[in-house]
Amino acid sequence: MKRRDFIGSLAALAATPHVGTTDPLIWSFTKGMPVLPGRVKLELPALAENGYSVAMTVTVDSPMTPSEHVRAVHLIAEKNPVRDMAVFYLGAHCPRAEVSSRLRLNGSQQVVAIAELSDGSFWSGAAFVEVREAACTDGG
Amino acid sequence: MKLIFLFVVLFSGAALAQNRSGLEFASEEVRRLQASDAENPGMLWVDQGAKLFAQKCASCHVSMKGVATRYPAVEDGRIVTLEAKVRHKEAFAYESDELLALTSYVAHQSRGMPIKVNPPAEKLDAGRKAYYSRRGQMNLACAHCHEQNWGKHLGAETLSQGQPNGYPAYRLEWQKMGSLERRIRACMFGLHAELPPYGSDAMLELELFLVWRANGLPIETPAVRR
Amino acid sequence: MALARIDLPQQARRGELVEVRIVIQHPMETGFRRAPQGERVPRNAIHSLVCRYSGTEVFRATLSTGIAANPFLRFFLRATQSGDLVFWWLDDDEVQGSAKARLSVT
Repeated sequence: MKRRDFIGSLAALAATPHVGTTDPLIWSFTKGMPVLPGRVKLELPALAENGYSVAMTVTVDSPMTPSEHVRAVHLIAEKNPVRDMAVFYLGAHCPRAEVSSRLRLNGSQQVVAIAELSDGSFWSGAAFVEVREAACTDGG
Repeated sequence: MKLIFLFVVLFSGAALAQNRSGLEFASEEVRRLQASDAENPGMLWVDQGAKLFAQKCASCHVSMKGVATRYPAVEDGRIVTLEAKVRHKEAFAYESDELLALTSYVAHQSRGMPIKVNPPAEKLDAGRKAYYSRRGQMNLACAHCHEQNWGKHLGAETLSQGQPNGYPAYRLEWQKMGSLERRIRACMFGLHAELPPYGSDAMLELELFLVWRANGLPIETPAVRR
Repeated sequence: MALARIDLPQQARRGELVEVRIVIQHPMETGFRRAPQGERVPRNAIHSLVCRYSGTEVFRATLSTGIAANPFLRFFLRATQSGDLVFWWLDDDEVQGSAKARLSVT
């Protein structure tokens, strides 16, 4: 393991994890491996006026080479009725581990991005979004 | 009291010192979406409209540039909207994707151009009266929010002037494109008022007045709104 | 057939990083909404999407109802040779969709 990764892992082990490893949704793809906070930057607005469309960009710190790259990025919402929002599969051919999309958020909550790296490790980034309620419901 | 309010407003000339597009009251995310053709979901309907136009309209109609700035228009004494013009050839249902696509395409051809409707003055009376009349369980007139209180907050939202220049627009709450009539009905729903049917005289009169009131504002179709 | 809008640079140099953006017309129906008469609108969202560049997979995604309607995706690929970018997707109603754009590489 490279020294940078080792130090990163040490720092991550000391930090508070973003997700619980025993969460069944998380377990379904990590199979119990620890999810270390770090290396994943999840960009979401701190305040979203409308939960129907919230701009998101997730970036993973990775050289994206055949020997060291991001296999997949999982996006999980804390409080949506369906918590798994997306999985983006990248791979060695992908030159930059950065994906943007627009999310639908059912109220204010934390969103977590978990990156699965080619060495089998899992890293996470999180962001909390305050979602405003509409004043007038439309009905039409 | 109602009559006095009506009287004062009717004869006070232009009720807004300056027209401001709904874009000015929109959130950063909404403005960002509208500014990017690559990301604006409304462009999907414009694209669909371009295809439909080529298939169904191009044999007679060449360019639609500038057309949308003149609608609603008064033809043979009747108020005519873009929707009605499109439906004259093929009666697409109101709020169908096809009708929205074609009206969005036509309006998009005038994007950036100022609205310039010029109806006979008496044709505006009914719509103007509707605009300043209280309605619904909430017993409010359009003017109460959009003329007297624009810029202020209603719950977590900022009241706009209720300008129509972005329509048809992609509204986040609808998660799709929608017409001006749909938006007007939605507002009335908020007042717990009866909703006039699509294409009814009540809707046409109000639409004509709203667009005339917005004269000078640039068409923004496909606008993005919350 | 769902429409899509693909945004690519006009041209790219060999080896260059290329930003790809796509918007797909699809309601991504959550299954939680109610129609005006009160009945539930059934769930129907795009769940699988693949992008191939000159036949090679460059991006794949599993999507769910947490992705906003008329889904937008932005990702990166490396320009190799001139070729077609072909997107394919499948929704819960088992309806397929596709869109194509040409990437010009010098």
